[in-house]
Amino acid sequence: MSLEILLDSASWLLMTAGGAFVFIGGLGALRMPDLYTRMHAASVTDSIGPVLIIFGIILQAGFTLASIKLIAILLFLLVTGPTASNALASAALLAGTRTDQATPLEPERKQ
Amino acid sequence: MYYAVTFAVVITMGLALIRAIIGPSVYDRVLAMNMLGTKTVLLLSVIAFVFGRPDFLDLALAYALINFIGVLAVLEFFQDRAARRAANDETGP
Repeated sequence: MSLEILLDSASWLLMTAGGAFVFIGGLGALRMPDLYTRMHAASVTDSIGPVLIIFGIILQAGFTLASIKLIAILLFLLVTGPTASNALASAALLAGTRTDQATPLEPERKQ
Repeated sequence: MYYAVTFAVVITMGLALIRAIIGPSVYDRVLAMNMLGTKTVLLLSVIAFVFGRPDFLDLALAYALINFIGVLAVLEFFQDRAARRAANDETGP
């Protein structure tokens, strides 16, 4: 009985912390001044948010097939999130987005 | 007890949608849509346990795959476009 309460509390804690991180990352992605800082904020919701939330759900699910699926989802998110961020940053840099311009402009090529 | 995290994820999806609508450049929009896709995967995982139907986890896995491939395809397209435009500017019309 007390083990159940312990597991429930740990699950609650993990899921609430994950929700808080996800919300803070979303707020940062909306409020940050330029593209790269927005990516910095959005990568919080891609890395620590899914880890905390999915581990919180796994504690509720126990040793079932659902846990294996959740771990597969988590591994896939952890592999693809940084890959997509890297591709996005490289594409934006190639297109001429600077780090110091608060509002992204068209790249100044004709000088 | 899943409602708090569901609420947080839905609010974050709303913030990402706002960023996708007002985002000044194309890359902001791609970033916001990538974030929206990740949050959709999380929301599906949580909702599978809110409704007690673990079948939704398969949908979440498939959505994660499709979202990743879609973001990479869109980025490849825009990267090609930027490179082509730069090459045009160098040779000059």
